[in-house]
Amino acid sequence: MPFTMVIRNGYVFDPLNEIDGEIKDIFIKDGKIVEDLTHNDLRDAKVIDAKGKTVMPGGVDSHSHVAGAKVNGGRMMCPEDRYKWVTKKGEITHSGSGNTVPSVYVQGYDYAKMGYTTVFEAAIPPMEARHTHEEMRATPILDMGGYLVLGNNWFIMRYLKAGDIQKAAAYVAWMMRTHKAYGIKCVNPAGVENWGWGKNVSSLDEPNIHFGITPREVIHGLAEINEMLGMPMSLHLHANNLGHPGCWETTRDSLDVTSDLKVECKMDVEWQKTKIDPQRKQSVYLAHAQFNSFGGTSWGDFESGAKGIVDYVNKTDHVVIDNGAVPFGPATVMTGDGPAIHHLYKLTGNKWSNKDIELECGSGILSFNYLKANPVHSVEWAIGLELLLLVNDPWKTILTTDHPNGGPFNKYPQLITWIMSKKARDATFAECHKWAQDRSSLGGNDREMTLYEIAVLTRANPARTVGIAHRKGHLGTGADGDVTIYDFDPTKLEVNDYTNITRGFQNAAYTIKDGGIVAQNGQVMSVPKGKTFFTQAHTDDSLEKEMLKDVKEWFKYYTLGFAQYPVPDKYILNPAPVQVNKPLEAVVGG
Amino acid sequence: MSEVILRPKGSIDIMVEAEVINPDIFAGKTTSEIGEMIVWQGAKQLPLSGFFDVEGSAKSIAADTKIIIEGDVSRVKHIGHGMKAGEIVIEGSAGMHVGSEMIGGSILVKGNAGSWAGMEMKGGTLHIIGNAGDHVGCAYRGSWRGMNGGKIIIDGNARSQLGGGMNGGEIHVCGNVENFAGIRMNSGLIVVKGDAIRGVGAQMAGGTFVVNGRIKQLSPGFELAGIEKNPKIDEMTLSGEFAKFTGDFVVSRTPKGILFAKGV
Repeated sequence: MPFTMVIRNGYVFDPLNEIDGEIKDIFIKDGKIVEDLTHNDLRDAKVIDAKGKTVMPGGVDSHSHVAGAKVNGGRMMCPEDRYKWVTKKGEITHSGSGNTVPSVYVQGYDYAKMGYTTVFEAAIPPMEARHTHEEMRATPILDMGGYLVLGNNWFIMRYLKAGDIQKAAAYVAWMMRTHKAYGIKCVNPAGVENWGWGKNVSSLDEPNIHFGITPREVIHGLAEINEMLGMPMSLHLHANNLGHPGCWETTRDSLDVTSDLKVECKMDVEWQKTKIDPQRKQSVYLAHAQFNSFGGTSWGDFESGAKGIVDYVNKTDHVVIDNGAVPFGPATVMTGDGPAIHHLYKLTGNKWSNKDIELECGSGILSFNYLKANPVHSVEWAIGLELLLLVNDPWKTILTTDHPNGGPFNKYPQLITWIMSKKARDATFAECHKWAQDRSSLGGNDREMTLYEIAVLTRANPARTVGIAHRKGHLGTGADGDVTIYDFDPTKLEVNDYTNITRGFQNAAYTIKDGGIVAQNGQVMSVPKGKTFFTQAHTDDSLEKEMLKDVKEWFKYYTLGFAQYPVPDKYILNPAPVQVNKPLEAVVGG
Repeated sequence: MSEVILRPKGSIDIMVEAEVINPDIFAGKTTSEIGEMIVWQGAKQLPLSGFFDVEGSAKSIAADTKIIIEGDVSRVKHIGHGMKAGEIVIEGSAGMHVGSEMIGGSILVKGNAGSWAGMEMKGGTLHIIGNAGDHVGCAYRGSWRGMNGGKIIIDGNARSQLGGGMNGGEIHVCGNVENFAGIRMNSGLIVVKGDAIRGVGAQMAGGTFVVNGRIKQLSPGFELAGIEKNPKIDEMTLSGEFAKFTGDFVVSRTPKGILFAKGV
C-alpha cells in the first residue's frame, strides 16, 4: 500500500546525490521519493521528526544466501542453530527460529530492523529456482531477486567451447526469463564440473574433463554475454581455488580476465537524475573477496593476501568487490562450490553435505564456528576488514559477510563498527590470535570510515553494482520510498565510544519501505509483501529457437521434464521485471 | 536455607514446560508470586499454581533456596534448566530435560529421570537415584558440544547416548548403559559400573571411559593398549584386571581417548 510521508530535519547521507550529512527533509508520495508535497498532501502525510538523527536510503544487500535449497538444507542440517534462537509469534509477526540460517520470516524481520529493505539471493541453481522463489515469496517486507548459477552449466560450456557465443547468449537470456532470475553468478568456473569426478581445477588455464574448457574461457564468455545482453549487474564471480592458501593470485588474474570488456547496460528503465552516475562501471563483481584473498603457501605460513587484490582493484576501474567478512562466531558455510566444502570438511571434520545439480552446478553445506583463538580464523577476520579499508575508492567495495558463510547478517552492525573505529579493531586484536596482527596489515591501518562511506558500502554501491540504482540506494526524486533513520547524531558521533555505533546500527529508529514504517526501534511495525526483481533478457527469436532444439535434445539427461523446468508466473507475488536488450532496440552481438 | 514445597495437584496430560522451577527464579519471591509464575502446557500459558500447591517462600538469593517437589513430575519438563545455585529435591520421578544446561547447585531425583537429563550441563551436581533415559549429559540434536563440567550420578541404569559430545565433567552410572555411551567424547570421565551393549566411545577423540562390567560389542576403531591391574585414574583406583584401549581411530590417527573394560 503506497504512503505519503515527510521525514523532517534529519542529517541526510545520500552518496549517489553527494549529500553528506546535510539537514534536509525527505518527502514521499505514493511510495516514491518526491521533491516536495502539496499543501493537500502535507495535511494527510505522516510526519517523522528525524532531528538529531542519521537518515540514509534503505539498506541494500547485494550478496546474501537467504532462499532456496541450500539455505533450507542448512536449516535442516543444523537444529543446534535453531533451538536456542527462537522468535515468538507477535501480533503481526510470524514465529520463527535460527541464528546463522534463520527461517524466512525471521530473515525478513531482522533485515528490516537493521534498516535493510532490499536483499539479493546470490546463488540460484536453475533446477532449484522454484524453491528459491517460494522462499523469497514467503519472506516478509524485503524486495528480493537472485543470481542464476551458470559457471559450470553444460550448455554454456558446450557453446563457449564451440565458440558459439551468440547461442550461449540466447541460452542465458532464455534461462533468465525461464527462471525469473536477476543476474549471472559464476561459481568456481569449470571446477565444479570436475568435482563430478572427484577433481577440481587449480589454475585459470586448466581445461576441465570432457568439455575441455578453462576457467578463463568461462569467465570471459559469461562476462561478454552479460555485456552483450546489457544485464543490470555484471557477472558475480566466485573465483577458483577458494579457501586455499595462496589463492589470491588466481583471484587477481581472474579479475583481469574481463578488463577488455566494454560495460553496457541495456535496461529499459527510467533512470533518475542523480549527481553520481547510477549505472554500474564494473564488468566483474567479485563475491566474498575474503575467501579468495588467502596468502601463504600452506596453513603453516598462512597470511593475508589482501594486498595483492587491493592493489589490483585500486589501479583498475572494472572491478567491484564484496568483502565476505568474518565477524567470529557460528556460521553455516553454503556454496555452489562443492569441492571447497569437501576441502573444509577434511580440515575440520564438521558435518557437511554435498549435492550434484545434474547438468548445471553443485553445492555443499558445512556447519562452522570461527574462533578468536584460531590463528587462521583471526587472519580471515583481518582480511575481511583490510579489503574494505585498503581500497581507496569506496565505490569499489560492498560490505557483506556472504551471509551465512563468514557469519550471519545480524553481525553487520559489528562490521560497520570495526571499519568506523580503530579502537574497536584494537579491542578485537587484544582478544584474538596474534596472527591477525602479525600476518596482515590491519593493525597498522588508521582509516576510520565516515557515515557517508558507510552509506556507500551498504546501500548506494550495492544498488549501483547490481543495477538497481534507478530505484534503490538513493533518496533522489523518483526513487523508491525506502529510508532508514538511525538513532544517532552524526555531529556528536564519537567513534571511540564504539558500542554506541553497534547499537545504533542494530536497531534502526525507523525503517521505511515504500513510504510505510516497517520497523521502529527493533519492533516490526508492518509486514508488507516485497517485490521480486528479475531480468527479462531478449535475443533474436530464430536464434533462440535453434538454441532450444539443443536444450530439448539434452533434456534427456535431466531427471525432470522440460515442461516442469520453468518457474510459473504464479510463483511471483509482486513481479518487478526489468526488460533488457528488447528486440526492437538492439540486436545481440552487433 | 529456606524451603519451597511444590505438591503436584494431580495427573498431567500434555507435558508442562517448567524451566521456572529453578532456585534462581524462585529467589526473593513470595508463595503467591511463585504460584503465579507462568508455565507452558502445549499452546497454553498457565500459572504454576494450576499444577502445584505451593508452600513456603524463597530466600533472597538462590544459594539459600531449596525447592522440594513432593510427588511425581514425570510429565513436567525442564525442571532446574540452567540453574546456577541452590537445591532441588524431587521426591518422585522427573520429566525430560531435568537439570539441562545447569551451571551450579544441586538436583536430587529420588525416582527416575526422563531423557536429556543434564543435557549440555556446565556445572553443579545432578543425582538420579532411579534410572535415567537417553542422552544424559549429552549435546543436543545437531551439536557435539555436550556436557563440559559438573557431575552426574545415576544409581540405576541409563539408556543410549549417555555423555555424547562430552567436553568435561564426570558421569557415574551404577547400573548398565545401552548404546553409544560417550559418542564423540573429547574430554571428561564416564564410569559405568555395569555393562554396556555397543558403540561405547564411538568417535571419541579424548577423555576416559570406564566399563566395570562387559562391553557386549566393542567399537571397531579401538586398539588394545595393554592389560592393567587396579588402574588409577586421577584419584580413583579401579579394582580388578582391565583391558585398556585407545581410540577411536575412526576420527583421528592419534586419538587420545582411553577406554577401560573388564570384558569385551
